[in-house]
Amino acid sequence: MRKILSTLAVCLAAWVPAAHAALSVFATVPEWGALVTELGGDKVKVYVATNALQDPHHVEARPSLIARARSADLVVATGAELEVGWLPLVTQQAANARIQPGKPGYFEATSAVSLVGRPVRLDRAEGDVHPQGDPHIQTDARNIGRVAGPLSAKLVELDPANAPYYQARLKSFNDRWSAAIARWEQKAAPLKGVPVVVQHKAFTYLIDWLGMKEIAALEPKPGIEPTTTHLAEVLEILQKTPAKMVLRAAYQGDRPSQWIAERAHLNAVVLPFTVGGTDGAKDLFGLFDDTIDRLLKGAS
Amino acid sequence: METSIAVRRALALVVLLAQPSWAASDPDIDKIRDEIRDLKSNYEARIQSLEQRLKDAETRATAASAAPAPPPAPAPANSIAAFNPAVSVVLQGSYANLSSDPSKFALGGFLPAAEIGPGKRGFSLGESELAMYANVDDKFSGNLIASLTPDDRVSVEEAYGIWMTAPYGMVPKFGRFFSGLGYLNEQHQHAWDFFDAPLAYQAFLGGQYANDGVQVKWVAPIDQFVELGAEAGSGESFPGTSVNRNGAGSFTAFAHMGGDVGESHSWRAGLSYLRTHADSREGTLPGVAANDADLAFTGRSDVAVADFTWKWAPNGNPHDRNFKVQGEYLWRKERGDLTYDASDALGLRNASAYSSRQGGWYLQGVYQWMPLWRVGARYDQLDPGTVDYAANAPFFGATDFNPKRYTMMVDYTPSEFSRWRVQVAQSHPRPGMTDNELFVQYILSLGAHGAHKY
Repeated sequence: MRKILSTLAVCLAAWVPAAHAALSVFATVPEWGALVTELGGDKVKVYVATNALQDPHHVEARPSLIARARSADLVVATGAELEVGWLPLVTQQAANARIQPGKPGYFEATSAVSLVGRPVRLDRAEGDVHPQGDPHIQTDARNIGRVAGPLSAKLVELDPANAPYYQARLKSFNDRWSAAIARWEQKAAPLKGVPVVVQHKAFTYLIDWLGMKEIAALEPKPGIEPTTTHLAEVLEILQKTPAKMVLRAAYQGDRPSQWIAERAHLNAVVLPFTVGGTDGAKDLFGLFDDTIDRLLKGAS
Repeated sequence: METSIAVRRALALVVLLAQPSWAASDPDIDKIRDEIRDLKSNYEARIQSLEQRLKDAETRATAASAAPAPPPAPAPANSIAAFNPAVSVVLQGSYANLSSDPSKFALGGFLPAAEIGPGKRGFSLGESELAMYANVDDKFSGNLIASLTPDDRVSVEEAYGIWMTAPYGMVPKFGRFFSGLGYLNEQHQHAWDFFDAPLAYQAFLGGQYANDGVQVKWVAPIDQFVELGAEAGSGESFPGTSVNRNGAGSFTAFAHMGGDVGESHSWRAGLSYLRTHADSREGTLPGVAANDADLAFTGRSDVAVADFTWKWAPNGNPHDRNFKVQGEYLWRKERGDLTYDASDALGLRNASAYSSRQGGWYLQGVYQWMPLWRVGARYDQLDPGTVDYAANAPFFGATDFNPKRYTMMVDYTPSEFSRWRVQVAQSHPRPGMTDNELFVQYILSLGAHGAHKY
């Protein structure tokens, strides 16, 4: 009996530190998964709940997500109700007290950024509106930089033993990121003032950052499928105010974009939207390299 | 300001030092020169430090402008309304065209259950659901779902508390709730993919099994999804009844597993078991040729359920296209006494032993072929199994008939909050009855955004 107990104790002792060797992070979308990897290196184990070809508004609370949330130390979400259709159900069913909203193990990226596009009228007749503002902050590279600091602080808070490691990685990331932003801004200079159409209002931050101009959206209301009536209206707008290209995220169907591109003679441009959305968007740096390349190609 | 003064002084000094020397040999002058040199190096150090401070301040200023702090969140309105629970409402209604009289509906070979049959003919208001949810305090959350029925009654569909901070990842739930039995049972009727419940749910659970009691669920802390749960309750709802005793009237246990297969597939499978007791569980058996008969069962009822769900969505993105297959098999074993009472026929009342082992299953698939539009098919079948009516046998027909039903539906979901459905079915519930059914249904959800379970 004593032998069995001591064996058990040894097993437990071997298992417990192994389970806590790395901070287990549950990232809702690929961009925050990539950022946590940049900041946490090999001290974090990152699980990304969605891929770039999934619509982050509409994800099913699948059993696999619940299982991963169950043992996570930290949830990194976009927030601003982007994941409202599935994340509350996942965290609630996983019953992991560490990652409930309000607990130290719950982080929202939008808490580090001031949001634009807060709806004036809060009414479902306006479509799938986000009451706290537009949550698609990751399309502006400067926002990624803004989230990096607080996110790194969160890693330090949860794993203070590795604080110098996280701080060094944050510094290295910030240096590389500021240099990259300068490079992107310079490269994207020709995009200033370029008029564009978007399929879903998902690129507000990108368009603001690079100084482009949004002429119209193909969705009549956010989250509402484009209708032929509305597309005809957009076509009419485009005849008066021509645009250069129509933008859609990799996860969206291409039919509305193609329809308008053919009729209004626009370039249909697919943007990765997040890490993994295109072959070029392998990491956060690739995401913006590829986004700007595609925009420049679309504008030419 | 301080910087510019220092710069001016330093410039003056430089001008001074740049003067040509008149008498290099004078020791006094040498002394003065030394002093000036000291002063010079002293000032240089100070200027350097000031320049550094200026540079630092500039860097900080640019950093601050690059990352403006988010504006402070507006202070919540100082009002008790700020603590109001999240409220949502589901409105439903339907039109039914049924070729057979629904009052003559019965499942051949099965004892009558609580809510069976296709419902009433013509236009009807479905159950309107009013739900409220909020955290109670730091430990508990509460949920009330009231159902406003078309005949102007209010019933409590679910009313439960959850202990959110229970240890070891357990989720204790207490109050009235839909049991974790099977797959469909826990979902609300408006979230179902068809207008009505599978025949097996109707025959064995009276449509849907709710319990008043306690439930504990637990998800294993591993990457593979494993969920275990157990319930103890009053067991008052069909197939049980109130049994007037201190202990629990029903026990439920269930286990679920699930996961992903690649990016595009996911699944969940489960096994559940329910034991409950009935004391004079009453039901009416519509007479086919003769009078209706009142039945009362007293005894033990055991139900076991195996469920399986498979979902497909290209790259895990269900927005454009997705497919879902789900099937459940239910078994029920009942043992006890049955009273047969053909009330209008004088003297025809008989009590006898009763035992049965019966089964039933359904399999359904729902395919969304383009955004907003789905089509579905379902097949239902019941297996009367072996039934021993003992001395009541002469009152019941043969039990080798398999009730079955074929169902097709198309639904249109303009947004997450509204759905329109047309469903056709052909049902063979008992020998000699074929019912051709058409339903048109709407479901509207208002208010707080409720997430849907897998």
